[in-house]
Amino acid sequence: MSTLLTATPGQTVGPFFGYALPFDRCNELVPPGAADSVQLWGFVSDGHGRPVPDALLEIWQADADGTIPDSAGSLRRDGFTFTGWGRASTGDDGRYSFSTVIPGAPASGAAPFIMVTVFARGLLNRLFTRAYVPGAHLADDPLLASLPPERRDTLVAERTAGGLRFDIQLQDAPGKPETVFLRYPGHRS
Amino acid sequence: MIDTNPDSAAATQQEISAEIAAIETGYQRTGIEETQPRLEYAPYRSSLLRHPTKDLHHADPEGVELWTPCFSERDVNPLEADLTIQHAGEPIGERMVVTGRVVDGDGRPVRRQLVEIWQANAGGRYIHKRDRHPSAIDPNFTGVGRCLTDGDGRYRFTTIKPGPYPWKNHRNAWRPAHIHFSLFGTEFTQRMVTQMYFPGDPLFALDPIYQSITDQKARDRLVASYDHDVTTHEWATGYRWDIVLTGTARTPVETAGGDRR
Repeated sequence: MSTLLTATPGQTVGPFFGYALPFDRCNELVPPGAADSVQLWGFVSDGHGRPVPDALLEIWQADADGTIPDSAGSLRRDGFTFTGWGRASTGDDGRYSFSTVIPGAPASGAAPFIMVTVFARGLLNRLFTRAYVPGAHLADDPLLASLPPERRDTLVAERTAGGLRFDIQLQDAPGKPETVFLRYPGHRS
Repeated sequence: MIDTNPDSAAATQQEISAEIAAIETGYQRTGIEETQPRLEYAPYRSSLLRHPTKDLHHADPEGVELWTPCFSERDVNPLEADLTIQHAGEPIGERMVVTGRVVDGDGRPVRRQLVEIWQANAGGRYIHKRDRHPSAIDPNFTGVGRCLTDGDGRYRFTTIKPGPYPWKNHRNAWRPAHIHFSLFGTEFTQRMVTQMYFPGDPLFALDPIYQSITDQKARDRLVASYDHDVTTHEWATGYRWDIVLTGTARTPVETAGGDRR
């Protein structure tokens, strides 16, 4: 891919985003307890396996039937419109949580996933990853097929009571393999 | 052994500056241009345990990755672009306007998209419980703004010029004055957060976050220009800063299209 212009560099989100970026119900893509709502949750950890208490995650995803949302209203949620986007900070224990729906596949046979972006103090640029919905279609997914099994597993969420668990390991730690982070064709070093 | 406690402030500026210089020398030897910060950059101590050690894995964007969240006037009130009118009185400091365009890698404007900013006040103090810098909180300044870009990709904020502030990366560490920017594109793969700096800041050479971008041309892309045409008579100084997001995978024809499946 060739582009005309060189992208502006990123920089860390720093320690002080907490009073600026989160907003009321920012992690509620659907109201908790709504008919098909699930909790997407997990822990963000560092290279010593310790919690990262000052990370910010964003998710962007299709609706339950695979439709990609085109509705505004994420910042002032009305409780009825599915905008597909949300934001969650980690707590002191490194845990984050969203209320959302399990995305449907955008094309028949494709493996549905939730797009995840990670920002944190100490992280000099954002990271992208995918939280795949566990299920039958994963075997045919080209991205998962391009990874060795132990790395592939870091991209697949785990079904838990009432939701999906997706941990994010920023760096290899004993017994905790580093999450696979993605580079898209438009990205340069 | 490098101390990884972000608050220990163990190293001196001389030690950090020597590490910065060694990395820069190494970069210049490679002859391969870099345009983004390094994720692994030891002079920024908080990065030591938080950077991936493996190469980022190539992904061809598909499905939802080719689209982006939508925002509208339903999300953002136009008054949120003026950080100087959020309280009863006028904030202390140099009133300034910062404006520019958000475009993608092909120069196409990013229209009707969300821009968020946050910053310290004129004395270098954030309204955040973790900021313990003994500089005054300004009751008339919160330091948070939002706007939507217009049909030509332009954003515009009215604010107060932020001050530099100390942090605990190392002994006597000071951040150059900056405004944090959060940006969306026409695909979510373009999502980015960065910092805008001011021209000629004497702290640039000493700051490991700014220096984590090893290439001078790339660093310069984060520095706004003073623009007297943006400055207004008896009101505010003006700065211009244009932002280029990464390239998109979609073609312009598809961008205009409707089917999001």
